[in-house]
Amino acid sequence: MTYREAVAAGLAQEMARDPSVVLIGEDVGAAGGVFKATAGLLEKFGARRVKDTPISEQAIIGAAMGAAMTGLRPVAELMFADFVSVCHDLVANQVAKARYMTNGQVSLPLVVRFGNGGGLRFGAQHSQSVESWLMAVPGLKVVVPSTPADVVGLLAAAVRDDDPVMFLEEKALYPTSGEVPEGEHVDELGTARVRRPGKDCSVIALGTMADRALAAAEQLQAEGIDCEVIDLRSLVPLDMTTVAASVAKTGRVFTVEENPRLCGWGAEVASIICEECFYDLDAPVRRITTPHVPLPAADSLEDAAIPSAERVAAAIREGLG
Amino acid sequence: MARDTAREPVKTGPDYLEVRLGIYRGMVRVRYFEKRAYDLFLQNLVKGTSHLAIGQEAIAAGVAAALRPDDYVFATYRGHAHAMLRGAPMVAVMAELLGRENGLMGGKGGSMHLTYTEGNFMGSYAIVGAHLPIANGAAWSALYRGTDQVAVAFFGDGATNIGAFHEALNLAATWKLPVVFVCENNLYMEYTPIRKVTAVERPAADRASAYGLPPVLVDGNDADMVFETATRAVGLARGGGGPSLIEAVTYRHGGHSRADPGKYRPDAEVAEWLAKDPIPRYKERLLDEGVAAEVLERIEAEAAAEVDQATEQAKAAAPAHPGGLEREVFSDGGATWRR
Repeated sequence: MTYREAVAAGLAQEMARDPSVVLIGEDVGAAGGVFKATAGLLEKFGARRVKDTPISEQAIIGAAMGAAMTGLRPVAELMFADFVSVCHDLVANQVAKARYMTNGQVSLPLVVRFGNGGGLRFGAQHSQSVESWLMAVPGLKVVVPSTPADVVGLLAAAVRDDDPVMFLEEKALYPTSGEVPEGEHVDELGTARVRRPGKDCSVIALGTMADRALAAAEQLQAEGIDCEVIDLRSLVPLDMTTVAASVAKTGRVFTVEENPRLCGWGAEVASIICEECFYDLDAPVRRITTPHVPLPAADSLEDAAIPSAERVAAAIREGLG
Repeated sequence: MARDTAREPVKTGPDYLEVRLGIYRGMVRVRYFEKRAYDLFLQNLVKGTSHLAIGQEAIAAGVAAALRPDDYVFATYRGHAHAMLRGAPMVAVMAELLGRENGLMGGKGGSMHLTYTEGNFMGSYAIVGAHLPIANGAAWSALYRGTDQVAVAFFGDGATNIGAFHEALNLAATWKLPVVFVCENNLYMEYTPIRKVTAVERPAADRASAYGLPPVLVDGNDADMVFETATRAVGLARGGGGPSLIEAVTYRHGGHSRADPGKYRPDAEVAEWLAKDPIPRYKERLLDEGVAAEVLERIEAEAAAEVDQATEQAKAAAPAHPGGLEREVFSDGGATWRR
């Protein structure tokens, strides 16, 4: 199953199970989604549950919020993750804060799906990795799956969660394939996964960068460097237990982040490692990120911006030097 | 036609009198509460900011009387009135303003974020216009669940110039949502006359046609007219006729917020509107129609006593406990973001 098909499969699994799960967004119904990630859902569940909206991001998130406050479990698609900036008030001021400001009177069991990240030559306004923006807002959970199985399992967990979950689908991964367990599949939010065990260093990655880290680890294996690759899968909750166990084993840490450098998630992870795992470290934590630039469109420029397997391997090689 | 299913207001009989006494009681309670809140600012017992509805009570009370207990209400940062008219206990509202442990939200929200979900008062929103799309969501949910509940969103004239207004009206109209948008046009967006910053004369009513809706303009200082107008709109929404956009014209007696003495308004204009104060006007009408003076005076005395008691209970309560600081960020009741 492709990552793209896994989105529809995960939604179908939850919509079939729970009639309070509804889907809204631009082009999610008749068109099957601009990324074709919701193909077939309108036919399966009908126009009452799969609703096309105008290009009105505030209206979309507002509708999801009001519905979530009053008994539904809506899933809203925002299309390109960059568009969250158009409705940042609804996401960061309203959805995120409602439970806290009302002292728990309001619950918001909603999911916002985004097509996140670069690699498709769309230029700076359709390619950003916005996970660090969202991670910075108290009250939001932030999930980034990297495999089709994780898409299904984490999407199911997100739908069932009683908090607002920002579900970032990596656009570059939509065509990739992987095994998905038979039958109902539900994963757990806030659990990292060791994608590759190793002893020489911990390579902590997220989303598309998990694949790049694995590819880098394969290259380095041939040189006798044994990398442990951790796929965080979720930034909030953040599984530092898995990270700390790995650091204790390897003593060397690299983060691989698609986001621009400043305040990327790796900065928080590195900060916690420095505070809590300092005496396990044999060297400074090193962050491998996109430089602090808006993402350019041209192949050669975008490829130079986003960490590649080669760049990750080179940074690790140099760091372990 | 959906419009035929709209409930016509009861214009005579003991039920209608009961409704109108309820409206009077609502207005008086709000007025006395707001005056006390202002006094408490001056004593520095209410911190931060607060936006009073003195002068605008007829809209809140008139619309509230047209609603069912299970309808949803969304209001703005000028929301004390709406919270109390949906049943939020006055002492809890007062205590929230004072940052006390027994506040409506334990001190976490403050004046601008009053919420009382027990009365389906779904919140006061302090970002102008933000709650209009959210009210749509509640209306959509009611439609989906087949409950025939209606959602009402109150907002100021200033909100008609923000994008969320347009997005919400368009979606409500296209999805035919059971939602009533009530513009409390008090003629000023913060400190600036709304007419100076708006392309049309009537900021809400003149825009209704853009969403395929009829313009609805009502004297927002006439509680009976507000009640009638709201009853029609709510009936329309409940009967499947879709949204309404009501512009209720009113005036706030004071400034925009605590920090504003409102000196930018011409004296003659203020005087003109003070003469149109909705509460004495309503009282006179009820008296003219033969309601006994002592009935109304009892309502006033009860409201005054309630405000005194709420003030005392709020002042006597402990400050909001710091132990609540890291509670209710997430649905597990806590604020834990890692493991």
